[in-house]
Amino acid sequence: MKIETIVKLLDAKVLCGEDKLDEDVFSACGSDMMSDVLAYVKDQAVLLTGLVNPQVIRTAEMMDMKCIVFVRSKVPSDDMVELADDMGLVILTTAQRLYEACGKLYVNGLRGNGSKK
Amino acid sequence: MSDTFPESNIYSDDQKITFVYDVDGDDFTSAGQASVKVKKNLRRLGIDPEIIRRVSIAMYEGEINMVIHAHGGKATVTVDEEKITIELDDHGPGIKDVSLAMQEGYSTAPDSVRSLGFGAGMGLPNMKRYTDEMKIDTKVGVGTKITMKVYLN
Repeated sequence: MKIETIVKLLDAKVLCGEDKLDEDVFSACGSDMMSDVLAYVKDQAVLLTGLVNPQVIRTAEMMDMKCIVFVRSKVPSDDMVELADDMGLVILTTAQRLYEACGKLYVNGLRGNGSKK
Repeated sequence: MSDTFPESNIYSDDQKITFVYDVDGDDFTSAGQASVKVKKNLRRLGIDPEIIRRVSIAMYEGEINMVIHAHGGKATVTVDEEKITIELDDHGPGIKDVSLAMQEGYSTAPDSVRSLGFGAGMGLPNMKRYTDEMKIDTKVGVGTKITMKVYLN
């Protein structure tokens, strides 16, 4: 799935990384616990979360992710967006709740197991 | 926040290169900055991306631990021909029961830390999972030194 498709499906706003919207991602995960992301996630390119702090950005960077989607209309600070931009991450924000956002991406083919569908 | 974290002290000779970072324990906002720097430096050295990922995650978990539990400390990363060694040294409270701390889901982190997205009790098990060797030297009331190794081949 292209990141621009995620933007459309979630009616999301792009906060940084506009130049990477045509990149493909093959899997995603949703969590507010970065500990669990670090422990259980492998090869997930998209992180959906309602947690907003700099560690979300750094966790995504550590996991080689490409895109973070902040749900429930959470908007990261300018500093966080700048940090993400420096790391080459795409940051999106959507009014959808975590469960709904994950569901929409899942039924449209973005799975959680890293398989290239 | 541009990770204005100061560049590490770097030491190198023919056999190895060493990066040393002071991890600030007073500000959770900055937690993880040293790991981000290490990841950048390892990329510059042309290390295999999967190795970099394992080292980064293990160090990041350890760095977060140092901030949560030990008011910061010192992180030293050494790259030689055969391996990457991560040493995390703190003067925190020490770990009372290491085998308990190694159990997945066991955490002594306060709720304030959980609301920041950490403290699920996965830190130490995760550090072990992502590295080839992990050694914990700890003394209650004195501090903890964790040494992790990831082999390049």
